[in-house]
Amino acid sequence: MAKRNMNPQKTPIPEQDANIRNKNFDEVALGYTEEMAKSEAKRCLQCKHRPCVGGCPVNVQIPDFIGAIAEGRFKEAYEIIKETNSLPAVCGRVCPQETQCEKLCVRAIKGESVGIGRLERFAADWYMKNIEEKVEKPKSNGRKVAVIGSGPAGLTCAGDLAKLGYDVTIFEAFHVAGGVLMYGIPQFRLPKEIVQKEIDALKQMGVTIETNSVVGKVVSIDELMCEEGFEAVFVGTGAGLPSFMKIPGENLNGVYSSNEFLTRVNLMKAYKFPEYETPVKIGRNVAVIGGGNVAMDAARCAKRLGAENVYIIYRRSEAEMPARLEEVHHAKEEGIIFKVLTNPTRILGKDGWVAGIECVEMELGEPDESGRRKPRAKEGSEFVMDMDTVIIAIGQSPNPLIKSTTPDLKTHSWGGIIVDEETGKTSKEGVFAGGDAVSGAATVILAAGAGKKAAKAIDEYLKSKQ
Amino acid sequence: MFKIVKKRELNQHVTLMEIEAPRIAKKAKPGQFIILRINEFGERIPLTVADTNQKTGAVTIIFQIVGKTTMDLNALSEGDSLLDFAGPFGVASNLDGYKKAAVVGGGLGTAIAYPQAKALFNQGAKVDAILGFRNKDLIILEDEIKAVSDRAFITTDDGSNGTKGFVTDILKKLIDDGNSYDVVIAIGPLPMMKAVSNLTREYGIKTIVSMNPVMIDGTGMCGGCRITVGGEMKFACVDGPEFDGHLVDFDEAILRSQMYKDHESKAAKRHVCRMEGMQNG
Repeated sequence: MAKRNMNPQKTPIPEQDANIRNKNFDEVALGYTEEMAKSEAKRCLQCKHRPCVGGCPVNVQIPDFIGAIAEGRFKEAYEIIKETNSLPAVCGRVCPQETQCEKLCVRAIKGESVGIGRLERFAADWYMKNIEEKVEKPKSNGRKVAVIGSGPAGLTCAGDLAKLGYDVTIFEAFHVAGGVLMYGIPQFRLPKEIVQKEIDALKQMGVTIETNSVVGKVVSIDELMCEEGFEAVFVGTGAGLPSFMKIPGENLNGVYSSNEFLTRVNLMKAYKFPEYETPVKIGRNVAVIGGGNVAMDAARCAKRLGAENVYIIYRRSEAEMPARLEEVHHAKEEGIIFKVLTNPTRILGKDGWVAGIECVEMELGEPDESGRRKPRAKEGSEFVMDMDTVIIAIGQSPNPLIKSTTPDLKTHSWGGIIVDEETGKTSKEGVFAGGDAVSGAATVILAAGAGKKAAKAIDEYLKSKQ
Repeated sequence: MFKIVKKRELNQHVTLMEIEAPRIAKKAKPGQFIILRINEFGERIPLTVADTNQKTGAVTIIFQIVGKTTMDLNALSEGDSLLDFAGPFGVASNLDGYKKAAVVGGGLGTAIAYPQAKALFNQGAKVDAILGFRNKDLIILEDEIKAVSDRAFITTDDGSNGTKGFVTDILKKLIDDGNSYDVVIAIGPLPMMKAVSNLTREYGIKTIVSMNPVMIDGTGMCGGCRITVGGEMKFACVDGPEFDGHLVDFDEAILRSQMYKDHESKAAKRHVCRMEGMQNG
């Protein structure tokens, strides 16, 4: 075993300079070199009780893959990750490691945790660059399974089922597969080429992807099962219904839901207008309402599209922000202005266009049911800021399209599909579900984990049915 | 890829195409729409389903050349293909129980009103069709509409064909003459639908309009198509596209329809330059 690296700090990851990157859509973090990766991997203590593994929603054998990196066995490192996580290059970039594996790292007690996410990303990137992967097409067992939605849950479920020999078809409503990985997360945080590689690998395994296919409209779940011969269905349709604030002025021109704004920019590539023909409107002053990762993504896109002043407006304090620390940090570096303890009360218009936003100052009271201190308005503290664009990023809930066309699929009042947590089994025979469609908006890794569990359960279900 | 199996110019600005899309043809009903994208660089645009043919698996769309995308679409020929064609989106029209209807079409809206007129006519309803155009050269689907209506009235803004004036003039006269309609279906430019709705409100006649705002996905995901109906926020793509005309906030919808006007003219201008460049080169 090589000598341990006792530096209390993570090996820094090279990044584009903040004042350069806030004008382009290229990836922010550039990734470790082999030397950096080995050096960081040597910070891992290889502890026997492996707390990090328990913090990972899909139980990646973290010390094992890090040990392999430390010894330069990069290919093996990737293969260890891939055993339990089907999207390493994606998760290495977008997982909230600081609240999962890295939070439990023993090195974090005195200093910084091991850079587990950075190392995962390194292993995945190294593999993609150096290994000409020949994906074997597994022998078909001739049994058809339909996967609805091609986001992280659907891709993972499809991949695992294909490996087991099932004849899998993914139905995707949009014209490209990838779901939120394509329309939601921006290029500078998750290059679309990486997502495309994962999708291409699935195709090589024999998975059929039917884009432009809105299940619930062009075909129903019942038709898939009764007429088209699919023996099981996995629903991974995500959380695609944008929430609005219900304040005056939300229908003014210049107001976007974060879904629309990000879809225009990422999926339709409005940042390359007019080469790509979908436009997006960005004024001089942009307000993004909300404090999650989606809000950070929207704000950073707005800055890159040329807005002078981009504000994050959030009603609680920075400590309560649901966004990853790294995203908040990157946003600040790029010049995003944080207006916390501030809540919009109305959007002001002129000739049908956004002209300003009226906000009220907030203060924190007692903790609410989420455990976070509840914000309340300070009376008479209203103030107005000039604004040209307002992006509402206060969350999204599951899309009701599947539910409305599948009456025997039980859902919660807020729209989430009701499932057995261990298997993803729904109220409807042969139908499983997972990801944001079940949990409401959450993370890529949780969705992937749910897709994995469901694939296993579908396999067991179909075997028992035989 | 979705093949263009038929193309027919209805007038110099309006084109009909039949697109091979058997799955959609099997499902689409009057009132629903599709979203298409011509190529890798294209915008997604919604177009109402004008007709379907179960036998050939074709979906008919009718579009007016108003911007870059529709210009590009019109430049394609029979045998060419569209990259993406998805649907059917939206809620199908519910025309059950109507016995006497006035179907009002303005310009291109005639193409969208045609399937409603046809469905009403086929269910045995009395149908009066009122079609308005700017001038005689822009008249479309006259024969088709006549075939599915008891009476058809044509107006032109300049009087070059039919009655000079607006569709509302004819509709008002018909109502005043004692025609009692269960329903008025008005499809066309926003100001026209607004005018018809304002007129029928006075008479208390139920009025259905079809909204066609900017949208991306068509599944309720982007919220770009939001409109105010009866004081509530609705998404035209999933809650509509048809709404009670008496409840729609048309003034807001008209303002929202202007959102990308300058981008559109920029893109169209660039397009024309390119085309001219190609011709000159």
